[in-house]
Amino acid sequence: MDIIYLLIPIAIVLVGFGTAAFFWSVNSGQFDDLESPAHRILYDDDEAMIPEDARVPKAPAKDEPKA
Amino acid sequence: MVDQSKLCFHCETPLPTSGRFELEVQGEIQRFCCPACRAVTQTILDSGLDKYYQHRDKPAADLSTKLSPQAELALYDSPDVQREFVRALSDQSSEANLVIEGISCAACVWLLEKHIGNLAGVERFNVNLTNHRARLTWNPNEVQLSQLFAQILAIGYTPHPYHPNREEQLYQQEHKRAIRRLGVAGVGMMQVMMMAMALYLGADLTMDPHIARFIRWTSLIVATPVVLYAARPFFIAALRDLRTRHLSMDVPVSIAIGGAYIASVWATIFGGGEVYFDSVSMFTFFLLIGRFLEMQARHRTGLAGNALANLLPASAIKLEAGTEHLVPVSQLSVGDLVLVKPGHSIPTDSMLISAHASIDESALTGEPLPVTRSAGELLTGGTLNVDQPIEVRVIAAPDQGRMSAILNLLDRAQADKPDAARVADKVASYFVAAVLLTALVVGSSWYLIRPEDAVWIVLSVLVVTCPCALSLATPTALTAAIGNLRQMGLLITRGHVLESLAQSDLVAFDKTGTLTTGKLSIRQTITIDGTPANECLAIAAALESRSEHPIASAFADYFEYPPQRAKNHVAAGVEGCVDMRDLRIGKPEFAAQAYLGEPPTRPTDSGLCLLLASSDGPICWFVLDDQIRPEATEAIAALHALNLRVVMLTGDIAENGQRVAKELGIEQVEAQMTPEAKLSWVNRQQQAGRRVVMVGDGINDIPVLSGAQTSIAMNEATDLAKTSADAVLISTDLRKLAGAIAQARRTRRIIKQNIAWSLVYNLVALPLASLGFIAPWMAAIGMSASSLVVVGNALRLTRNPRGY
Repeated sequence: MDIIYLLIPIAIVLVGFGTAAFFWSVNSGQFDDLESPAHRILYDDDEAMIPEDARVPKAPAKDEPKA
Repeated sequence: MVDQSKLCFHCETPLPTSGRFELEVQGEIQRFCCPACRAVTQTILDSGLDKYYQHRDKPAADLSTKLSPQAELALYDSPDVQREFVRALSDQSSEANLVIEGISCAACVWLLEKHIGNLAGVERFNVNLTNHRARLTWNPNEVQLSQLFAQILAIGYTPHPYHPNREEQLYQQEHKRAIRRLGVAGVGMMQVMMMAMALYLGADLTMDPHIARFIRWTSLIVATPVVLYAARPFFIAALRDLRTRHLSMDVPVSIAIGGAYIASVWATIFGGGEVYFDSVSMFTFFLLIGRFLEMQARHRTGLAGNALANLLPASAIKLEAGTEHLVPVSQLSVGDLVLVKPGHSIPTDSMLISAHASIDESALTGEPLPVTRSAGELLTGGTLNVDQPIEVRVIAAPDQGRMSAILNLLDRAQADKPDAARVADKVASYFVAAVLLTALVVGSSWYLIRPEDAVWIVLSVLVVTCPCALSLATPTALTAAIGNLRQMGLLITRGHVLESLAQSDLVAFDKTGTLTTGKLSIRQTITIDGTPANECLAIAAALESRSEHPIASAFADYFEYPPQRAKNHVAAGVEGCVDMRDLRIGKPEFAAQAYLGEPPTRPTDSGLCLLLASSDGPICWFVLDDQIRPEATEAIAALHALNLRVVMLTGDIAENGQRVAKELGIEQVEAQMTPEAKLSWVNRQQQAGRRVVMVGDGINDIPVLSGAQTSIAMNEATDLAKTSADAVLISTDLRKLAGAIAQARRTRRIIKQNIAWSLVYNLVALPLASLGFIAPWMAAIGMSASSLVVVGNALRLTRNPRGY
């Protein structure tokens, strides 16, 4: 069981790194808007990124972006 | 559920009876309430962003009231105006901070970012859903700021320049600090729990005492930042309360966290006893979550403090020796001659030089019809010029006008506001005093009996009576209820609202904009010479299409064809030519001049009567009216059912007030009230022991909103009214008000239950602990169980109250 004398300090150091990264992300503004990212991931706005040959034609053709 | 086909496709307001605004959307013909909505949908479709209509879960803002003149936007290109909110970046681009009006859901953010972000010259455009703020980076050499503003307007949102003030910056810092604290407490809690599991399991099995000691030390290392950093707000608040000789909930919380931590540190360093690092971290984390949610709800209106800047125009056209100069308003001084174009606001209190002017004073009085002013009369800064360009002479420096006077009234009213009694805090202060006293007595008696055990037993008394349940009793119930009310459409911005709503017994409504929609509409068309009503409406709409007067907007729904010619007469009506006929519409006396005769008698006394006449004689009457909100009758009945008295306070004349009141079933009307009179009326009621809820919307309601014990602003209210109100009715559905009061009463009941339960638990545990009967593990189980009961009880509030 002596290994925990090494493992627990390593865990604490890792938690320290994680907390530092968290502080950095808060300070750089990544937590300013807590609402829209949760919705944004649900929007299918990546149709333009689908390769031509992989596209499945949809019923109303107008769904595809014109711009 | 409302039939979707009768609602505007874009903003989902009911369609006008004669809606003719149609557009093909994804192969289907959709109908719109106004040309503005149709134009917005057209723009959205043209830029390939029609997905917006699938993504959104809330309708877009109603646009019919805001058709901003494009020329006004050009002001934003002047360096004088830009200086306040635009920052030049090193690589030739500029960055502007904006507040976007009209954002209702995440799809709006998506639409804005896609549409504006794809324009040429725009480098970056980020919109924040929480506070409606946007950061725009663009290249001024490629595109003008006014063009970008026009694009934002084209998809149905209104951009405003954003000047961050000190309060806002402080809030930003507070928000970031709270998230950091939450993160530290959360991570620390998980780590300490993991090690605590090892200790709990190892206590039964035979754990090497060296390892146990080692794990205790590591728990100490992880729990220290949780206590010293994350829990700091509790200690600071407790110290502040002790200095002001006032025992709040923060005091027992600090004693519990601090006491358990010190006991655990003691046990770790000197050996023996129990460690409570896990309870300390978990307790801190849960309390911080509650505080964080509360803080977010408080700041959600987001536009706080910035409101006046939006209301007052940023620039004005100064006349000097016959030439026009665009100057910032702050540079105007008394005696300057200023040109105000139609649709612009009067920069500061001034005297009218031109012969006549129609002024929309709704910002000041809340009444929708413009008033006529003639040369020499006073115009209040911030009110709107409606009809034609006017010249005015400045008589008060911009910061000393009447609008500023209302703001001063606001400060006074806030200072007088009655403080709602806080049950939990009162109970807590007695409880804390009792616990501290008991700990002292227990400590000294054990010191006399067995000095070596005294410290341990005192600490176990403090830990066992750790007021987790008591301190969670109120915040969890409030958080659950506030979240539920927000889903219902009422946003709570001050902590005392739920309690004072529950106790309220009188609801006072403003009329215009609150019980009514605040927009004129045609109530009745009475033909005189037999012309069919829809033909009359089309003719009137053609004439009125050239006017910017609010009356004209009532006819906009019926617009079919333009007039051959139309001329505006200030404060009288419109004269013009439609179908080769010379026509007049407007005040009866004015219209009667078309056939050089006497006007016929008015068909009704209430509302506003317009006469349409040709050279052959009168054609028809239009009766215009401020429409009552469709759900208002039902809402008033629901309030009566809750045993509340309902009163209407209006600045309008008594007849109009009585008519609306009769239709809605309101028993008492106070008419022709100035903002000052409304405030003193509410104050008198409150002094007589009534607990008043005030619902209003305009600038004129601001003093009374801040003076009333509970104040609720409508969502369309001016920002200033919203920031001085305790709650905002986001759904603008008045029926939610009764639901909110029912929910507030339920919340109060549940808080009482919670407090009773946790007091009983603590009263049972305290004597047992002080006699030394309770082992630490029993205390831990009791503590968690009592907290869980409290939280579970509070969670019942996330369901809607019965019947709403």
